[in-house]
Amino acid sequence: MLRFIIRRVLQIIPTIMVVALLIFVIFSVVPGTFASSLFSDGKTAADPELVARITEQFGLDKPVHVRFVSYVTDLARLDLGTSFRTRRPVLELINERMWTSLRLATAAMIFAIVIAVPLGFLAALRPGSILDTVTMVGAVSGLSLPQFWLGLLLMYLFALKLNLLPSFGYGDGSFKHLILPAVTLGVTPLALLARTTRAGVLDVLNADFVRTAHSKGLSETQVVRWHVARNALVLIITTIALLLGSLIGQAVVIEKLFAWPGIGSLLVDSVSMRDIPVVQGTILVIVMWFLVINTVVDVIYALIDPRIKQV
Amino acid sequence: MLKRLTIGAILSLGISSFALGEEPRSGGTLNFTAPYGSSFATLDTQGSPNTQEEFITQAIHRSLYSWDSNKNEPVLELATSADVSDDGLVYTYHLRKNAVFHNDKPLTADDIIYSYKRIADAKNAFSGASYIAIIKGAAEFTAGKSEEIAGLKKIDDNTLEITLTAPINPGFALMQNTTAIYPSNVADEATFGTAPVGLGPFKFKEHVPGSQVVVEKFNKYYEEGKPYLDRVNIILMAEDSARDVAFRNKEIDVSILGPTQYQAYQSDPALKDHILEVAEVYTRNIGFNPAVDAFKDKRVRQAINHAINTPLIIERLVKNKAYQASGWLPISSPAFDKDKPPYAFDPEKAKALLAEAGYADGLEFEVTASPNESWGVPIVEAMLPMLKKVGITVKPKPVESSALGDAVTSNNFQAFIWSNQSGPDPLNALRCFWSKTAQSACNYTSFSNAEFDKLYEAARQERDPAKQTDLLRQANNIVQDEAPVWFFNYNKAVMAYQPWIHGLVPNATELALQPYDEIWIDETAPADRK
Repeated sequence: MLRFIIRRVLQIIPTIMVVALLIFVIFSVVPGTFASSLFSDGKTAADPELVARITEQFGLDKPVHVRFVSYVTDLARLDLGTSFRTRRPVLELINERMWTSLRLATAAMIFAIVIAVPLGFLAALRPGSILDTVTMVGAVSGLSLPQFWLGLLLMYLFALKLNLLPSFGYGDGSFKHLILPAVTLGVTPLALLARTTRAGVLDVLNADFVRTAHSKGLSETQVVRWHVARNALVLIITTIALLLGSLIGQAVVIEKLFAWPGIGSLLVDSVSMRDIPVVQGTILVIVMWFLVINTVVDVIYALIDPRIKQV
Repeated sequence: MLKRLTIGAILSLGISSFALGEEPRSGGTLNFTAPYGSSFATLDTQGSPNTQEEFITQAIHRSLYSWDSNKNEPVLELATSADVSDDGLVYTYHLRKNAVFHNDKPLTADDIIYSYKRIADAKNAFSGASYIAIIKGAAEFTAGKSEEIAGLKKIDDNTLEITLTAPINPGFALMQNTTAIYPSNVADEATFGTAPVGLGPFKFKEHVPGSQVVVEKFNKYYEEGKPYLDRVNIILMAEDSARDVAFRNKEIDVSILGPTQYQAYQSDPALKDHILEVAEVYTRNIGFNPAVDAFKDKRVRQAINHAINTPLIIERLVKNKAYQASGWLPISSPAFDKDKPPYAFDPEKAKALLAEAGYADGLEFEVTASPNESWGVPIVEAMLPMLKKVGITVKPKPVESSALGDAVTSNNFQAFIWSNQSGPDPLNALRCFWSKTAQSACNYTSFSNAEFDKLYEAARQERDPAKQTDLLRQANNIVQDEAPVWFFNYNKAVMAYQPWIHGLVPNATELALQPYDEIWIDETAPADRK
């Protein structure tokens, strides 16, 4: 098992290197610079001397390959650089925002799991029933709804009309501020997870070993608990992991809508201001998050199904 | 247009006089919104030229001058008076003796010298250095040729002498967010970015990155009896529709409105009586690059101005949240010529001008544009059929907002659409058409006109304000006649406010920025804010 874990962790390194290269190349060729973004709102007249000073101070006048070597060297030392905008270490900025994003993504995922997994299971056990139909219609609707629009709708209903919840912000960090953004973010994974759970369970229910279990005289509950659930779990966990990994990236829109102080809103502002070190650092952290989750899931797989270790 | 402005001005004054007519009430919390992004770049506001950080400056810091929205001019803020030499170059400031920083340090001339040196220091690369450059010796200091700024001289703790490079009004430069005064006794300058200390009416309490900055009343503020509020939450809310819900839900006290919301609020009986409007000092325009042959001929540029039905675009797309531009300087500018009408919508005249210029068969060009709804791709798309009718084919060239400045200042465009600051200082605004101003500075259309230069240079030397204004008015009229740009509109900024809010002012430099120390909340506010 230890060798398996080490192998999976080592596989992260080349992925990170490719991602780092891609991010660097993309932001080296996109038009616009931090210096020019300072007067992009037209409020301040352009100042060539300031542009020159900023370009020199941040080393943007150096050739691309020199900057890349410097970037990779710093990265190897876990130094994500210094933000052009805030003049503070990127790691510090990400640390300020990462935990609120994780909190939001985790809450959204819990909301999705708590509803989707039981619903998907029940729908699969009663295919063609009203519950099954309603669940699948709901799942399709959940996948089709634009999150931005859904968020506005929830704000309108629960904040403006019912006056039950705050419409925006982090406030004092209390749970009531988390509900609307988490539900909005959680609806898409909920829909996906419900469909996947239903499909996975249906697949297992039709497997030979389930028929064998039934023929051995086991009760329906025993078959579901010991044979169906355990075998459907691999697919469900995979889906949860993939969704959780991608939620941080998806949260960008929701964070902006609800003024939630997460890593997504930091990324949006940094892209628009061409604060390249923060953009690079933030994307890397999001990618890392995705890779770590997947690695953890792979390890869990191996624990559930020892055959996977052989692959 | 002017009638509308007058109504707007009266409305604005109504708010001010209402505030003056009642006894301000002390106490309460103001939930103010910062709508220009999802974060504050820094709390060290000397380092940021963006409006977003000015919301913090307004609360925590003070500059030597401040903008008086009602007088429409810069006024002394940290000095009680200033003596000016006959040649207009030397200003002797008598500083406030009761101004104290939040760390209990009294304001002295040393703090101002320290602050201006910090801003001008090349290693900091602050944009405010261009404002400090009006002081003699600042350019040499920035270039590393001297240890001190020669034009800054401490007479005593409470008296400071500033020598300028030219006889201009220093108020416009020294009232900026980026020229705020910091205390000189802070050992670690890095703390300015995490726990700012200033002279303002509120002291820093908390920053929740990406969420809000909280400031609390500073009891030693130099204006007696002020501020009225106990606390201000400066809340980050970049999303218009979310802000709309929060405002209607009474969670926030003010909200800057876009064109669509402006229309909706005007027709809502519950909201329409609490809207503040002002003509801001921004001119939306399409700049023409004279490197394109057709744009070398002013008749082509004038033809474009005649070919576009500007009032129609303002009405339909901008929802009347703008005033049609006649020239470069905005309505609130003292040098604005109210007798000079805007270009009339006259397609026949446009065709005739194009034919005279040798473009009877038409021409084609592209407009570099950001996605902005009020001065971006949607506006260019609205112009397309109008220009097509006179034989001009326009292709929008979309770019991201942050790439627009880069394209323009590197002269990499045929035409561009932008919103540029055109005030409050008319002398500085017209600098962008002076032939000695570099294209990469702000003479984006590489404008060069000998008659304009003569008037502008005379205005720079003129000490009599009335004569200077007259010279600038004439210069502005030349810009209008030469049409280096399509004059689109002057922004009408609109702010909705809750009925319990008093003391807002029609700030033409940026309506979203309000003097927190003047604002007070009456008894009708929700319990959590009283």
